[in-house]
Amino acid sequence: MATEAQSEGLGLVFKPMEQFLVTPLGGYGPVQWFTFTNAALWTLLAVVAVFLLLVVTTRNRAVVPSRMQSVAELAYGFIYKMVEDICGKEGVRYFPYIMTLFMFIVMANFLGLIPTAFTPTSHFAVTVTLALAVFLCVTILGFIKNGAAFLGMFWVTSAPLALRPALALIELISYFVRPVSHSVRLAGSMMAGHAVIKVFAGFAALAVVSPFAVLGITAMYGLEVLVCFIQAYVFTILTCVYLKDALHPHH
Amino acid sequence: MEGQLAHIGAGIAALGTGIAAIGVGNVASSFLGGALRNPSAAASQTATLFIGIAFAEALGIFSFLVALLLMFAV
Repeated sequence: MATEAQSEGLGLVFKPMEQFLVTPLGGYGPVQWFTFTNAALWTLLAVVAVFLLLVVTTRNRAVVPSRMQSVAELAYGFIYKMVEDICGKEGVRYFPYIMTLFMFIVMANFLGLIPTAFTPTSHFAVTVTLALAVFLCVTILGFIKNGAAFLGMFWVTSAPLALRPALALIELISYFVRPVSHSVRLAGSMMAGHAVIKVFAGFAALAVVSPFAVLGITAMYGLEVLVCFIQAYVFTILTCVYLKDALHPHH
Repeated sequence: MEGQLAHIGAGIAALGTGIAAIGVGNVASSFLGGALRNPSAAASQTATLFIGIAFAEALGIFSFLVALLLMFAV
């Protein structure tokens, strides 16, 4: 970690953002359409990790679950209960999509915590794709389920008539801003946390402050483990809330 | 000169993230205050807590986005 901050003369060179560079595997070079990059590698590893946890460990199912099987069951039950609580019984039909989102994000986040690893979810390209997919699915689903009545979500009937056009405008803006906050929240918190760890690592190059730098890295790492899970949870729970709005637009 | 002004603007926009943190803290403290008065109802409201935090945080994210745009896009 400390190799990134080399002391050149008296000044230190910090490169906390270098970890987010997308580079071809095994060196620097141009990235073309089908270049296999570190981003592709870690996205693939996240998918493999999800497969190992949810498919391989539950292959030989037992009534008394093994350790890994109980982790898989815990994750399944956790998301299932969340979908059922927020979206109701009808929302359970869309449980596979929400489970896929949660498992991919949580695995990508956790694998990114390994030193020298790359975090796919720290890139806006990844999170905006996920958020736009959710936004399009939910909007199309809302129109399929409710028809034109879905637009009633923007027309607040409980407000006085004179206020309704202004409220409709605000509701419309807040609806279209959803994918922005949905995606930037995840990428922003991943990026910021990893950059802070690297900044602390940069301080370790000075012998006087290095014990504090190690303590700082340890504390931030613990916090990051928590943040990785919470951000995946928040992304999933917001997906559930948007889905609920599409299924029952009048609540 | 204009680039420097954009950096100053990015710094001012970054204040918004701190102010959003006050909002997030407010949500969490109100939740804790309510939860300590009625602990039996607290567990069922954690999802609401996270949704509230996420909505309060969204506005901080917009100022973070403005700061990013001023740093790298303007």
